[in-house]
This record gives sequence, C-alpha cells and structure tokens, in this order.
Amino acid sequence: MAKVIGAVVVDNEECKGCGLCVVACPQDVLGQNKQVNSRGYHYSFMKNPEACIGCSNCATVCPDTCITVYRVKI
Amino acid sequence: MGELRLMKGNEVIAEAAIRCGCDGYFGYPITPQSEVMETLMDREPWNETGMVVLQAESEIASIHMVYGAAASGKKVLTSSSSPGISLMAEGISYIAGAELPCLIVNVQRGGPGLGTIQPSQADYFQSTKGGGHGDYRLIVLAPSSVQEMNDFVELGFKLAFKYRNPAMILSDGAIGQMMEKVVLADYIPRMTTEEIDKKYGSWATNGKKVNRQKNVITSLEMDSLKMEVNNQRLQAKYAKMEEEEVLFEEIQCEDAEYILVAFGSSSRVCQKSVDIAREKGIKLGLLRPITLFPFPKKPIAALAKRVKGFLVVEMNAGQMVEDVQLAVGCGLPVKHYGRMGGIIPTPSEVVDALEQKLIGG
Amino acid sequence: MELADIINPKNLVYKKPPLLTSTTMHYCPGCSHGVIHRLLAEVIEDMGIQEKTIGVSPVGCAVFAYNYIDIDWQEAAHGRAPAVATGIARTNPDKVVFTYQGDGDLASIGAAEILHACNRGEDMVVIFVNNGIYGMTGGQMAPTTLLGQITATTPNGREAGRNGYPLKITELIAQLPGTSYVTRQSVQTPAAIRKCKKAISKAFQAAIDKKGTSFVEVVSTCNMNWKMTPVKANEWMVENMFPFYVPGDLKDSSKNNPESYTPLKN
Repeated sequence: MAKVIGAVVVDNEECKGCGLCVVACPQDVLGQNKQVNSRGYHYSFMKNPEACIGCSNCATVCPDTCITVYRVKI
Repeated sequence: MGELRLMKGNEVIAEAAIRCGCDGYFGYPITPQSEVMETLMDREPWNETGMVVLQAESEIASIHMVYGAAASGKKVLTSSSSPGISLMAEGISYIAGAELPCLIVNVQRGGPGLGTIQPSQADYFQSTKGGGHGDYRLIVLAPSSVQEMNDFVELGFKLAFKYRNPAMILSDGAIGQMMEKVVLADYIPRMTTEEIDKKYGSWATNGKKVNRQKNVITSLEMDSLKMEVNNQRLQAKYAKMEEEEVLFEEIQCEDAEYILVAFGSSSRVCQKSVDIAREKGIKLGLLRPITLFPFPKKPIAALAKRVKGFLVVEMNAGQMVEDVQLAVGCGLPVKHYGRMGGIIPTPSEVVDALEQKLIGG
Repeated sequence: MELADIINPKNLVYKKPPLLTSTTMHYCPGCSHGVIHRLLAEVIEDMGIQEKTIGVSPVGCAVFAYNYIDIDWQEAAHGRAPAVATGIARTNPDKVVFTYQGDGDLASIGAAEILHACNRGEDMVVIFVNNGIYGMTGGQMAPTTLLGQITATTPNGREAGRNGYPLKITELIAQLPGTSYVTRQSVQTPAAIRKCKKAISKAFQAAIDKKGTSFVEVVSTCNMNWKMTPVKANEWMVENMFPFYVPGDLKDSSKNNPESYTPLKN
C-alpha cells in the first residue's frame, strides 16, 4: 500500500496563533510555538512533522491563509 | 433645432434624461415631483435607449442605487422633493466623499417636517452648504423655467462628470408642475461599455481588467493624514468650481440703484417687480444666481460698488441672503423679503417690501 | 524522505489563492471572515469571473474586504449594500455582483434594502455573515443575538421583553419569490468549509444564470467579542447557534411566479 507523507509550511509572520489548525489536524502534527512572531502571536509549527499526511485540513481552516501544504506518495 | 413641445417641468426632467443618454433612474414617489418617474415609466426608455428605470423601496435605497451605478461609470439620476432629499442626505454625502458623478433633482416643497406640498425654497441651506455630514458641496443649478429644467439635466451631468461630484437641480413645486413650451434636446446615444472603460477605466468599478489594478470606490480612510489630503482634494475641486463654473443672469442692472437677488420661482416674480418699480420711477435691477453653488459672489460684489442696496427675495425665512451679505461684504444694506409655508410672493408685494425695507428705510 | 524533498513545488497541494492580495487581514485571530474571504476568492477564480465580478462591502468588520480580494469593489453605507448592488446589477447586466454583509448591516439597519432587493429578485449574490453580535463597534447586541446571550448592550443576557427576539432573517428571505437559492452554511471544520464553498459556487452560478437573488448565510464566530478562544468559540457556535440557526439549504429553485402571484389582466 502506498504511503502518503506530507509537510506544511507556516508563514510565521502572517500567522496570528489562533490555534484552529492545531485542532483541525487529524494527526496531531501542529502545535503553537512558545516563541512569538514580530506581532506577538504564538505562530503554529510542525511539532510532529513525521506524522503529516498532507491532508490540507490545517490550511482549509486557516483564516489567514498562511499555511502551504505539500504531499508525496511513496 | 430641437423639437418644440408643451410640457410640465417634471415631465421634461424625464424626457431630457432619456435624450441625454442617461443609463438609469432610481426614485421613489413624492409630491410634487412624482411625474418624473411616471413619465419615465410611461415612456419605457428601456425599449428605446436601454435606460433602466426602477422604483425603489425608499429614497434611501434610490440614492444608494445611484451610488452603485455611478460608481460603475454610468450616467444616472434620481429625483425627489424636500423630505425625500433629507432621507438621501447620507447617500449624497457618501457620493460626494467617494467622488462620484450623478444628478439629483429636488423639486422643493415647504417644510420643516412633512410641511406642505406647495412650492418652497427652504432647502437652499441644505443644498448649498452640504446637507449631509462632512465637508462637501454639490454643484447646485437653480432653473427658473421649464426650458431650464430641460437644459440643466445635460448641464448637470456635464459638470458632475467634469468634477466627479454630485450635481443637483434645485427646482420647486411651481416649476415642476408648471406647463411651458420647451425646446427639447437632440438624442445623445448612451455610452458603450468600451467607451466607459476608455473614459472612466481609471476609477470606475466595472470589472477588474488584467491590465489594471483593482478599482475601489470608497469614502473611508482610517489614516487621518490621508483623510485630510482627501478633504484638501475635495476643497480644491470646489475652489475650481467657484473660479470656473459660476452662472448668473442680470436683468436691467446697468443703471440700477437697487438690486433684487432671487433664484428659481421667486426670480420669475421679481422680473415683474422690476417692471412695476421702474414704472414708479425706481431704478431696480435683478440678479438671478443660476448656480447656487458655486455662488455668484463676484458679480454681486461688483454691483455693490455702485448700487444703494440689495433686497433678497426668497420663498423661505432668509437663507441665500446670508450669501449675498457675505458677497457684498460692506456696510451696504442687504435686506430679505420672504414668504414661507408654500406661498409665492406677488410682484407688487416685493416692490412694497423694497420701498419699506430699503428705500424708505 | 527529508522535509526539504517534500517541500517542493511539484508536491504542492494547497496554497493561498492568487486572487487573495498580499495584504494581511485586519481581522482578529481565528475570525471566520478570513475563511469566507478565501472561499470567495477561490470561487471567483475557479469560475474565471474576476474581470466581471464587482463586490460590495458593508459597514462593519468586513468594510475592508476590498483590500483582500483582487477584484473591483464598492464600499456601501451601513445596510445599503443591496441597494448599491441593485444599482450596479441593473445598469451592468453583464456583470456578476455580490454583497458581503454582517448581521447588523443586513438584518438591522439594512433590513428594508435586503428584503426588497431579494423580493425584486435582483440577479446577485448575498453573503451574509451571522455571528450574532456587532464586531467592529465592540460587541453590542445584534438582531441575531440569541436570547440570554451576553453582549455589551445586553450585559445580563438578551431578554425578549426588553430587546425583542433573535431574527431569523434567512427564513424570511427564503419565502420571497425573487430568491432562487437560500442556504445556511458554516466554516468551523474542513468538511463544513468545503460544503460552504460549494454553496457559494452554486450561488454565483445562479446569479450568472439570472435565476434571481442567491443568499448564503454563514453562521460564524466572533471569538473576540464572545470573549472566548477561537477553538472554544467554534464549539459554542455548534452548541448554541446551530439549534436556532439550523444549517442547510432553505430553498433551491429559481425566481418564479407562483400561482398566487398571477398578475392582473389589463
């Protein structure tokens, strides 16, 4: 069976740290960074990158369109 | 030479709008101007020129329909009477703020409140000083005949598009309801989409083309410094109007010792007053402002250098008289004679007032 | 496989739609407006109607919608967007016109304009964002505020006797013969968002096909004024708003002349 692996890129400066992507992720890939960006938001990041399947749920719920999603079948 | 017809002032507004290539009319019934929309609906211009005519749910809706259509580069108008114009005040302010061209016809009736359906000139302040919120001006044209009701439709649009500013025809119930002969204008075709793109593509919101930035029509600016610049641009526009667009008529002013100043219906009365006064040996002249904004300050100031006094005759409690006083700007007497509540003064009443307030005083 | 190998343009499955401008939205973190704006941008792009679409933005939080979607826009006075859109649509029948309005704008100050535009069956799309509160002015009661809901002007909760009842304006709109497609959507989950996008797409198609007014309500959150986290606000919306503002299609037809509306013979 083909395995799918994915990755997301969060635009750290555009992210407002709302956390909606974190709960939308079925694989528990995303978390909110302890660091803040220049506007003071705890931007999202891949705390568990290996688990990403590139499903795009995080990008779909993101109100600030700051997530880009990639996916590869291996 | 255009077609000669006998028509009501209100009907002529409708006819002139169709003939000048207007794209749309949006309005709401109110006495004494309902014939404007009635005539349009009867003429069915959508079959002839493609002009849209829509009876809106309110004056508020009509003026915002005008906003939407005007912002897409279309030539559109609305008409109403005093209480309806008050309802439109917000929209007119937005149109002025967003710098859109359009024509608004006010066939005035007496106020305040529901007032009366009889003619009045009590909306002078509202029309010339803004009317809605914020620093803005309308180009205000005051017709005194059915012919001018016709002529000022095209003139109003011409000025509105030249300055991207709302223009108003400030008429009243007498001229709206009056029948006179009128020479109608020849037809001007409506502009095509391509022509609108070419002429107004830099600002009109008629679909973002690939070769230009998006156009946004708004009166909003949160940055105070930029908002002040926007205001300065408006003020510069109004100053240019004051330099270039003043219209007025002088009747028997050459040798006059006293001057009547009157616009619209009251200026018609005053023409007769001049004749009566001259029969009595009083050298009286009449200055009729045609544009109420921009106001003919200079011709009044020029007359002030050689006459003994002014009587401003209005169908209100004294509104334009303030502008005449400002224009005269010296100790020369400037008096007011007015009737209210929908009453039109008689010519001899005006002469009596002149004798009492100026000559005898 | 290394992360760097995955993050490669050939593996791209989702990116910001080009029709959204690079301007950072002014909305609060987690605001539903951002998602709805993106869906609009995607639909306009997918349908290839950028050159003929004109948006009308309201007064309220979405006043600046014109900064974010790369099409021609007009900013309307409070509540007047349907009248403005009527003016555009009537004089530009070849264009696609939509309004984007909040609950205060559409259901309170603009109630007359929306009802009459829908009743005339103007060929346009209405996007109605209902979060039950005034966002821009700081969380006052809206016509759609639920009974018992706390707002800045109902500090002890909305009370019917004092404040009147929450207004199901979409149900009113659905009864008007001028409307074609009337639906209530939401954007709190990926599935709901995909469904909402389909609804917006269908609404635009109906307007293009001159079927009358299409009306898409999006039940939304205003976490800032609800004083909750974005995640909690979504939960609150599902729990409290959905039972009253039930998601789903309310009408799916075409502007028509029902028998009871038969014109008089002249």
